Amino acid sequence: MDLNKKVFTDPLSENNPITIQVLGICSALAVTSQLKPSLVMGIAVIAVVALSNVIVSFLREYIPGRIRIIVEMTVVASLVILVDQVLKAYAYQMSKQLSVFVGLIITNCIVLGRLEAFAMSHKPLPSFIDGIGNGIGYALVLFIVGFFRELLGAGKLLGYKVIPEFMYRAGYANNGLMVLAPGAFIILALLIWIQRTMSGHIEEE
Amino acid sequence: MDLVNIGIKAIFTENILLAYFLGMCSFLALSKKVTTSFGLGLAVIFVLSITAPVNWLLHEYVLGRGALVWIAPRFKDIDLSFLTFITFIAVIAAMVQVVEMFIEKVSTRLYNALGIYLPLITVNCSILGVSLFMVERQYTLAEATVFGMSSGIGWFLAIVSMAAIRHKIRYSNVPRGMRGLGITMLLTGLMAIGFLIFSGIDLGK
Repeated sequence: MDLNKKVFTDPLSENNPITIQVLGICSALAVTSQLKPSLVMGIAVIAVVALSNVIVSFLREYIPGRIRIIVEMTVVASLVILVDQVLKAYAYQMSKQLSVFVGLIITNCIVLGRLEAFAMSHKPLPSFIDGIGNGIGYALVLFIVGFFRELLGAGKLLGYKVIPEFMYRAGYANNGLMVLAPGAFIILALLIWIQRTMSGHIEEE
Repeated sequence: MDLVNIGIKAIFTENILLAYFLGMCSFLALSKKVTTSFGLGLAVIFVLSITAPVNWLLHEYVLGRGALVWIAPRFKDIDLSFLTFITFIAVIAAMVQVVEMFIEKVSTRLYNALGIYLPLITVNCSILGVSLFMVERQYTLAEATVFGMSSGIGWFLAIVSMAAIRHKIRYSNVPRGMRGLGITMLLTGLMAIGFLIFSGIDLGK
């Protein structure tokens, strides 16, 4: 049980998929210009990572080594199709807003990375916990980046205005750069800096 | 003129990496040496220029709504588009396999340098991303090919310049927590700001 707990808590900070493992940045930034899509994306990724981890872990003894990437891709792609269909059925607007980035969960390195590094060599239950943990660690970063980008870029959170009117009259202005691509890179860079300084993870060039 | 416009847009103003964040994983991991990034960039251009038209044909004649009419008119209501993700990724995986065998034959040195990242072009988000964008924007075959190729060139440009910058940054004193990933993210952000300059370009519509 202790091992399972460690498997769950490690990816939240110490071994965070984005800031330490450097996986899955691809789609992490594209959807975070507002908070709401970041949340939906986070949930979708948690579901896909956890379920694909379980399925591959069940299959791990039957997958031939040479073609394992293709087998894993097939499993992941089927799950992403499910997620996409569910989103289209129950949250059509959100699915339009996320556009191609739902499909891009397939090629999100975090999914394949966890399958290769964990699920191929562990039992289903720890794999499931590992998937949930990594998914949450990933969603957490999405949440933080989305939070700051929407707050600083549009002065809103989840679509509601939070920066009061008198601030604008006193000369405060929204930072349009935050909504654009460079804002995401810079916020993530600062986040990585803070997180790595706190956890003491040093990368030597 | 339209084709040139799409090309310029995909290379500069809407650079696949700097504006849509696609292909970040291999971009961050393999931009340490100019020669490696050069080879990888070429491989990506190659894979993109082939997968985009192939996937376009698949979408037009097999997967899209009513695409199977050419077999028999009674298939006009069949919509296989939910299979899009899994078909596209299969085509990409197969193409990458071909490129891998080709590079192994032609240059063993490049093959060894690219190592694990060559098969990982499969999960390079930019490849699948280009195919999905092309479907969403309803390009024609010629437009899709140009779009695929120029996206590849844009990605190539970004990774080679980043490798050159990282080569120089070794002589600077970067804060400890910022080393590696952090500073690279920040630089990518600055590079994205630089590329924003091109957004004024419009070759007439």
